[in-house]
Parts: sequence; C-alpha cells; structure tokens
Amino acid sequence: MNLAVNNTSLFLAAMLVLVALGISLWQKLGLDRDIVVGVVRAVVQLFIVGYLLKYIFRVNNLWLTLAMIGFIIFNAAWNAKKRGPGIDHALAISLLAIFVSTGVTLGVLVLSGAIKFVPSQMIPISGMIASNSMVAIGLAYRSLNSQFHDQRQGVLERLALGAGLLDASIAIVREAIRTGMSPIIDSAKTVGLVSLPGMMSGLIFAGVDPVRAIRYQIMVTFMLLSANSLGSIIACYLAYRNFYNEQKQLK
Amino acid sequence: MNSLISLEKVNYQIADQHILHDVDWQIPAGAHITLTGPSGGGKSTLLRIIAAMISKTSGTLIFDGQPIESYDTIMYRRQVSYCFQQPTLFGETVADNLAFPYQIRKQVMDTQRVVTALNNVGLSERTLHQPIIELSGGERQRVALIRNILFLPKVLLLDEVTAGLDENNKQIVHAWLRQLNEQDHVTTIMITHDATEIAAADQLAKVVAGRLEVHA
Repeated sequence: MNLAVNNTSLFLAAMLVLVALGISLWQKLGLDRDIVVGVVRAVVQLFIVGYLLKYIFRVNNLWLTLAMIGFIIFNAAWNAKKRGPGIDHALAISLLAIFVSTGVTLGVLVLSGAIKFVPSQMIPISGMIASNSMVAIGLAYRSLNSQFHDQRQGVLERLALGAGLLDASIAIVREAIRTGMSPIIDSAKTVGLVSLPGMMSGLIFAGVDPVRAIRYQIMVTFMLLSANSLGSIIACYLAYRNFYNEQKQLK
Repeated sequence: MNSLISLEKVNYQIADQHILHDVDWQIPAGAHITLTGPSGGGKSTLLRIIAAMISKTSGTLIFDGQPIESYDTIMYRRQVSYCFQQPTLFGETVADNLAFPYQIRKQVMDTQRVVTALNNVGLSERTLHQPIIELSGGERQRVALIRNILFLPKVLLLDEVTAGLDENNKQIVHAWLRQLNEQDHVTTIMITHDATEIAAADQLAKVVAGRLEVHA
C-alpha cells in the first residue's frame, strides 16, 4: 500500500499543471490565468479542508459535524443558484431541495446501517450527495430556463385555453427533472466499465478488497439516484411558478 | 344596453412606450365584431388584455358585471378564450390537442363531441388520430380553433386566424364562426386585415396608433 504522497512528490506532480499551462499558451486559449487561479484555489481549499476535517474527526462532536454538513449544503445551494439566473428565490429553493435530498438519503443510509453517524463517514458522504444534487439541480434550472424560452408560444396557448400553471408547464417540468437525473442514470449504466469512481478507487487504494469496495460503490450509486431525483423534483416543482407573475401570466 | 365586456380608459404601456391610449369600448353579449387597423397599432395587445394574457396598465375592464381582477384568471380564460395567429399544436396527434381542454378540467375526452366539432370545420373523424406533422396549415388552424370551443366560452377572441388560409378554408372558418355566434351565442371578436372580411363585417372597430374607433 502506497499512501505516501509526500511534499516532494506533490511538488513534482505539479509539473502536470505546466502541461495544461503550456497548452493554453501554445494554443492561445487565454486560460492561463484561470488555470493558475484554479490550481491555487484547489491547493489552498484542500489544505484548509484537510486540517479542518482532521480537527472535526478528532473532536467528534455532534453539533460540529452537523454544522459542517450545513456548510456543505449551503455552498452546494449557492452554486446551484448560480445556474438559475432569472429564477427568483433560487437560493431558497436550492437550499430546500439539497437539504431534503441530502437529509433523506443520509437518513436512510444511517438507519439501514450502511454508514455510521461519525464525522469521518457523515461528512464525506454528505459532500458526495450534496454535490451531485447540486449538479442535478443546476442542470434542471438550465433546462427550465431554456425550455420556457423556446416553448413560450406553446405555454401561452395552454394558458389561453384555460390551463392552470402546472398544466401549462408540466411537459417542461418533466423534461427538466429528466435532464437533472440523466447524468446519474448514465453513469450508473457505465460504472465499472468506463470509470472506477472515487469511492471505490479510494478504498482500493487504501488496500480494501475490491469485492468489498464495490459494495460501497453500489451504495453510492443508490444514494446518488435518490438524491438526484429528490433534488430535481423539489427544485423543478418549486421553480416553475417563478416563470409566471401573480396574474398567472407568463413573465 | 347591457355590455358583456366594458372597457373604460384602458391604457397599456411598456416602459415609456404607450401602446394603448384611453380605450373605451362596450361589447354587447352576442356581438360579432371585426377588429382591424394598421400593423403595430395595438389590436393584438387589446385582445390579449381582454383575454387576461397580459394586464392593462390602468383603466377598468368589466366582464359580466365584475371587474376582471375579481375573477380567478384560469376560470376567466375558460370563459374568454383567445386563439393565436399561427398556433402551435401540442404533442403528437390531433387527439393530443383535442384531449387537452378535457385534461385541464379533469374530464375524459368526449369523443362524440370532438368528432362533431371536427366535422363542423370540414375535418373527418380520421383526422383525430393523424400525426400533427402531416396536417396542412389550414388543417392545423382549424384543429387549434376547435381546442378553444370544445367547452363553449362566452367570448371567443381570434387573432388573424384566417391569415394564410386559402379561400376555401376561409369560407369554412367564416361559416363555422357565424354558426358559433348565431346558434351558440358566443360573442366573437376577430382581428383581420382581409378586405373581404372587413367589407362583410356586421360591426367594425379599428385600432389606430393605440386608439380605438368604433364604427356602427
């Protein structure tokens, strides 16, 4: 087992960043600034998180664990919100959607005994669930925005025929939920064939028997399916009303 | 005379652009009105305000004795039905479109009624299961019109629905509209630029530069 990435090997691995920088400069992609900012942020954020997690795991305090999960959920909601420009209350909607999807999924995992309520399990799993939910919600918002734009005439006609807001929007809402859920369904189909995902790779790295490692990965697939579908459905059903004004007219 | 719809000093503006100016209009129940005027004059805006698709900036609009604001918008639109110029059809088949008015009322499609409506505009029962992509422009327009009247509204607002139709299709739609007006007592207001339709109008109204002129 080789889990010894020391500072020297990390420094040498940083040469890989030069590959990306070199390509950006050579092809005049204009990404060099973004690459440097991205790399510096990643290093700083990960070091801070590393020390923070070390502290939280050692203290093993219920409230501190919950606060950390809350922080993860808030950040995920904040990022999901950015993908729904023009949707009012997108932060509150995203927060509720991610909170419920993460909470329900975590609850089932803990109650079924798949994970234990200890910070070293709760926090990483919360991060995986919340970030997947965030991506699903972001995709769903983008889909709502583009469909309400492209299918404006169809929505207007349904309204003119006396349809309620949900009847006028249901096709769009369903498509947006589908868009939010499709990446996890696609990845469920190819898991193990194309990618050996993070959870499983990490366990295998740490020397766990692959046959045991896949059980965790199966659990991850189940939990992400649940989180994505809950997150997408809550966000879409709360967000579609934002496309109408109080007089039930399309904005 | 009792008006079914009454507009008083209705204005509509977007930012500082005045689209309708102080429109006063009394529309009696059972009227069959032809509305005309130059493009961009505000005809469609006026009908869309009456249809509750957009809201007036100021003024009053009374429908059936009550201000428009006192109605539930969805229920109001079922009584004052607006048909678009060049409408889009939903789903895949004609049946998907004609089932929609029933779906939103949580009812099962009354096939007999739908077939009668199709026949009334010169379409056969076979059309019901036809994919919408196979329909001609005239057939699409007629299917769209039927969507608006499967549950008879009190008022039917038609925005240039005969534009782009050939003479034969126009005749069919005219005859059908007259029947709706005379037999079913649906009040109709039809926007048109067609000289023949304007000449044949019972009651003519004109919107020019955001102002309404009613001709007896």
